[in-house]
Amino acid sequence: MEKIPILRMGRFLLVTIQVDMHDRLALQLQDDLTDRIVKDRAHGVLIDISSLEVVDSFIGRMISNIAAMASVLDARTVVVGMQPAVAITLVELGLSLEGVRTALNVDKGMELLREEVAAAGRV
Amino acid sequence: MPSATTALDRALANEQEVLTEWVQLQLTSHSLRSDLMKESELREQSREFLSLFKPALATGMSFSTASNEWASVRDFLASISRSRAVQGFTPSETATFVLSLKQPIFNRLRKQFESAPSELADALWVTTTILDKLALYTSELYLKSREEVITRQQQELLELSTPVVELWSGILALPLIGTLDSARTQVVMESLLQAIVRTSAAIAIIDITGVPTVDTLVAQHLLKTVAAARLMGADCIISGIRPQIAQTIVHLGVDLSAVSTKATLADAFTMALRKTGSTLTPTVKPA
Repeated sequence: MEKIPILRMGRFLLVTIQVDMHDRLALQLQDDLTDRIVKDRAHGVLIDISSLEVVDSFIGRMISNIAAMASVLDARTVVVGMQPAVAITLVELGLSLEGVRTALNVDKGMELLREEVAAAGRV
Repeated sequence: MPSATTALDRALANEQEVLTEWVQLQLTSHSLRSDLMKESELREQSREFLSLFKPALATGMSFSTASNEWASVRDFLASISRSRAVQGFTPSETATFVLSLKQPIFNRLRKQFESAPSELADALWVTTTILDKLALYTSELYLKSREEVITRQQQELLELSTPVVELWSGILALPLIGTLDSARTQVVMESLLQAIVRTSAAIAIIDITGVPTVDTLVAQHLLKTVAAARLMGADCIISGIRPQIAQTIVHLGVDLSAVSTKATLADAFTMALRKTGSTLTPTVKPA
């Protein structure tokens, strides 16, 4: 069964979604990611969705849920590289992902994550 | 009614004569706009139409002008309608081109059936049906060509009216001019988001100085654009809010508190510079 890899970079977890998200895969990612945050004691999660071309309301909600769960586990989440078409779709669906931080690319996302974690007093 | 078709064919037997009469008729009936078209051009068009019309008639498929046998006639009429639409003829002037052929044909049919009124009626009916169908076809195509022109102009207007300019490295400006409707907002949103990707801008300033009125719908469109840009990781500032518009927004109960708003583009630019960590300082001239 295909799985979305979760990479560890220091105190952060890096998730790159490079396949078409379907519902089961999203649920699997939710399980895996929460497990890994606890196991690796991660301070931040960076989700790169630059290869994601299609979203529906379920996937949109999953992204928002994952961010909320990570926040409960005291890890910050930054979503990076959203495609224009995906952004428009999410807005039209009424999902503006309140509470999720966003950045244009991985570089800026990492910078934002470091700032956030430093501001939260965890180094 | 094969006999009627044969009669019609016989009426057109002397092509040259029919052509002369027809062109003469068009010239006197004011359907020719001498300011838009030369007489020789009209004569040429009429001649070509007759030369295509006769063989199509001979196939016997006189009642189905949509069939393959009439394809060449239809194509020719299509080209005429298209060129006349562009030249500025009215729809009736365009349709009259075909309709005016009735009179020369009717004259000949009357001579043929002088002593047979019922056959004359049949033949007239067939002629009228065919020519009316063809005339309606020219009108349809005329409208279609006009619509194409309008659509193209609309598209050009849309593209012209949504420039995204790079003010500074990482700062984009989107000066909006004219009324915002759903179609335009969609284009605005798309071009802004694409520009954000292209320039990896962190801040986009949407300037609405040129937007005449802001109602709830426009405000909602603006908020959507801001939300989409935020999803991509760029902050938006709305600037150029005129006093009346500020009043309207509050009266309408639109909540813009989630967005940074500034009165002028200059203020927004200063704020954007501060956010990106740049400053502008005036150079001191040596005394």
